[in-house]
Amino acid sequence: MDFSKYGIRKEEFAAAEAALGREPNECELRILGVMWSEHCSYKSTKHLLKHFPTRGPKVVLGPGENAGIVDLGDGLGAAFKAESHNHPSAVAPYQGAATGVGGIIRDILALGARPVASMDGLFFGDPEHPRTGHLSAGIVKGVGDYGNAVGVPTVGGKTVYDPCYNENPLLNAFCIGLVELDKIVSSQTARPGQLVVLLGSKTGRDGIAGAAFASVELSEDAKESRPSIQIGDPFAEKMLIEACLELKEKNLIVSMQDMGAAGITSSSSEVAAKSGVGMKLHFDRVPLRAADMEPWEIALSESQERMLLIVAPEHMEEVSSVARKWELDCAVIGETEEGDDYSIFFHGEKVASLPATLIGDGCPPIHWPSEKPADFETRWDFDLDGLPAPGDWNAAMLSLLGNPSMTPKRWIFEQYDSMVQLNTVSGPGHPVSVLRIKGRESLIGLVFDADPWKCCLDPFRGGAETVARTVRALSVAGAEPLGLTDCLNFPSPEVPGQYWALEECIEGMAAACGALGCPVVSGNVSLYNETKSGAILPTPVVGTVGLIPSPEDFLPCGAWEEGDLLFLVGPCNPSLAGSLYIRSLGRPEAGRPLEFSGEAEKDFSERALRTARKKAAHSGRALAGGGLAAALAKDSAESGCGARIALGIPTRKDVVLFGEGGARALYSVPMSRVPLFKAIWSGYPCLELGRAGGDVLSVGGAFSLAVSRIQEIWRNN
Amino acid sequence: MKTAVVIFPGSNCDQDVIHAVRDTVGCEVNAVWHREEQLPEGTGLVILPGGFSYGDYLRSGAMAARSPIMGAVKEHAGQGGLVLGICNGFQILTESSLLPGVLLPNKTLSFICRPCFLSVENTDTPFTGLFEKGQVVQFPIAHGDGLFFLPADELNDLENRGGAVFRYVSPGGVGGDEWNPNGSVNSIAGIVNPQGNILGLMPHPERASEAILGGEDGRLFWRSVASFLEKGGRRHGLL
Amino acid sequence: MLRHVHVFVQLKDGVLDIQGKAVANSLVSLGHDSLGSVKVGKYIQLWIEADSAAGARKEAEKMCDDLLVNPIIEQYSIEVEGE
Repeated sequence: MDFSKYGIRKEEFAAAEAALGREPNECELRILGVMWSEHCSYKSTKHLLKHFPTRGPKVVLGPGENAGIVDLGDGLGAAFKAESHNHPSAVAPYQGAATGVGGIIRDILALGARPVASMDGLFFGDPEHPRTGHLSAGIVKGVGDYGNAVGVPTVGGKTVYDPCYNENPLLNAFCIGLVELDKIVSSQTARPGQLVVLLGSKTGRDGIAGAAFASVELSEDAKESRPSIQIGDPFAEKMLIEACLELKEKNLIVSMQDMGAAGITSSSSEVAAKSGVGMKLHFDRVPLRAADMEPWEIALSESQERMLLIVAPEHMEEVSSVARKWELDCAVIGETEEGDDYSIFFHGEKVASLPATLIGDGCPPIHWPSEKPADFETRWDFDLDGLPAPGDWNAAMLSLLGNPSMTPKRWIFEQYDSMVQLNTVSGPGHPVSVLRIKGRESLIGLVFDADPWKCCLDPFRGGAETVARTVRALSVAGAEPLGLTDCLNFPSPEVPGQYWALEECIEGMAAACGALGCPVVSGNVSLYNETKSGAILPTPVVGTVGLIPSPEDFLPCGAWEEGDLLFLVGPCNPSLAGSLYIRSLGRPEAGRPLEFSGEAEKDFSERALRTARKKAAHSGRALAGGGLAAALAKDSAESGCGARIALGIPTRKDVVLFGEGGARALYSVPMSRVPLFKAIWSGYPCLELGRAGGDVLSVGGAFSLAVSRIQEIWRNN
Repeated sequence: MKTAVVIFPGSNCDQDVIHAVRDTVGCEVNAVWHREEQLPEGTGLVILPGGFSYGDYLRSGAMAARSPIMGAVKEHAGQGGLVLGICNGFQILTESSLLPGVLLPNKTLSFICRPCFLSVENTDTPFTGLFEKGQVVQFPIAHGDGLFFLPADELNDLENRGGAVFRYVSPGGVGGDEWNPNGSVNSIAGIVNPQGNILGLMPHPERASEAILGGEDGRLFWRSVASFLEKGGRRHGLL
Repeated sequence: MLRHVHVFVQLKDGVLDIQGKAVANSLVSLGHDSLGSVKVGKYIQLWIEADSAAGARKEAEKMCDDLLVNPIIEQYSIEVEGE
């Protein structure tokens, strides 16, 4: 039997045959071909992801569910997750992005949580590359049109430009929702004798085998893959959100599952497996949009805006009436039973029968060969002495600030409604997005970040740095980190050096999560992000959620006041390796990023939280891309206030100003609070930089720029 | 003041408006589903909220304007009752012919979400009674189809009768193309009907009703209506 | 029987067609020097149960007046198959 044409490997066929005691039929093979694809089964990474710390005192629900949930206190939880939609966005940017947003929203909804905010991670190619304009415009419009219509504000994100994404743009969509802890909808509560119900849009041929499509590299004829692209309908999704939440409030559903990759099959088999029940599905009862669909097409269709519900028979009538109110199709397509047999019938004929646990969990893991490239460490060679300091400091600064990965993304975030739902305290354009919770004092802090360049130079340190950056930003803002979600965007795992990088990044991230007490509660992996022209840099993306006890505990950035003393806390030996500065000079990637120090990060985090809580500063900004120089420029532009800085240390000025990495922050402290500030940071490297004031930002021996000039580039206000 | 907020399929600012009105004025606010044919008894103010009713499909507000509830809304307006349309609500009012004009795609052909400065040009309406004439307020906008358009002769009539209630301006209150985000004719952000009981505006006052969210200018808006209704809700020229 | 009706909706002359303008600019910048101007409208297909083509036309006109067309800024034309 030619099982390879369904995307099934020899070992997988053997495993299926062994489990069934017979050869799988064509319908079953097609189902396994999709369910056991990389995108659905995580066969190449499941064992690696086990290295992530996933438990903690604030973790209510960890990885493996529709989303993770952390405890916000007083019986309220935040459900959140990030997901990638990379391959579809490369082929059809608008719809790929729109359906990416729609999909992650439904994951949050499936837990019974009301989606309250989104963030987007956008990775585009070189701005000069012919495809970048079209791809970026389409992706941004797709994210905006969908999120705006569905009424979920997009409150932040991360945008990166690098040639490695020329043919492989990345779209990582993050969503967070709120749910009462005693009302979480589970996927494990189905019992025999209940109804399997499909709620939402009709089923068509959209995206059939889309999951398999995401598991192979993009070929030249990717355009031929258009039939695999799903079309999103945000209006239908809004109705679905309201209907599902109404059903939950009225206690009419036993379980709920989002229909994403591999639609009906993945959602129903997952509920069956997790609940430990069997299922009989009748595909002739599925409301269809296209004529003459075959059972396997119905099984694998990725038509959007559909949810799977498990309903007790006595509640079915009320469920139907809620569906009617919201103008959604609602059909009973099967029933649950004892045992673990998952069977699909079509007009009375049994067309497929597999154990539910085999579908979701039965795929044999793949341990690809992993090998650190022989010449890997040569990239750490970096001749700092051979790098001249900037001849024209002002020009160097303006060029850094004008770098596409640095400039404010107003053209992007003004296309997003960031205010609907009336919870946005700090929105796009700021390092930390802050949401208030109505009726409560506490606020939620959100950060979404990535640093592919450090991951390229040293995957372990880069992975750790990515996690650490989010925790630093939250801590400076006064938010105690509760947990994080990750999107691991990587090229093909079948190249040993690339698989090694994936392993190392995960290890580095895990080390940082452990040291910082910030567990991974959910996540997503996207592999095979490469084309003939090249592979993407290792791009782990991290979305971290924190809790701010009250509005007074939130420390903003960009809030310098005349007369404040400016301080740099943190080691003065950052590294130019993988820095924005080095990249803006057009130099090749070289150098080794700083070593991760769990102790220093933890220490920093605690002092930063204390600084915010005790209001020991007017303004605080954790250093990230562009280092101290970028932080000074951004704060100055946003405050409308200059500063005179003297760097009284022997380190080269370009290293101090443009170096990156390590737990460091820029604070603006009113004179009256300086003793308190110094006491909080006593014992930690702390350098007084100068005084805020005037309309020029100058660093002695380096640059001197009018604040108005910086504002021209950094028009944030 | 008894308020009714209509919810159409796809409305997404309804809960925001309910929250802002309750939070500012503390009055009774009822949510009314678009399929209902009557408004709650004693309703003083009807609000058509923002969002994407019917996904903005066909034309923004077109299908919502033909909803069953609109009969009751028109009757309420005809009797001098107050009707407020915010963003998508404004679009619905023009599609229902309760207000003149039409909202076209923004001149940028893109959705725009940002804070906006508006000058309050007519304080002789139930919605703006507590503002000062010429006061500059900040309400955010968030729309893709906000270009207010009226043919020239109707536009003159509107201006002459003081129908332009809100206009996009600079923070200092000066008009100009660079302060007009969507290209609306005469930088018009909000208008009122000749009787003064129906107001439509593209910016969102409910998003400027709490300091923690960035501004409180919106509170004067709700308080103006509450004050008007408390005084008996009678106006020169209305029943 | 079900009759196939084609409805073409256009902006009225005098109403600024920003979509048309943007599309025209894009086409010209792609090298289409021969392009004069562009108007962007909507094309709606209706399948209407009617005894005659004329009957279908009348029903379509009512639908245009009821919902499909905004008379302040739009005009329309109708083609009925079999007319």
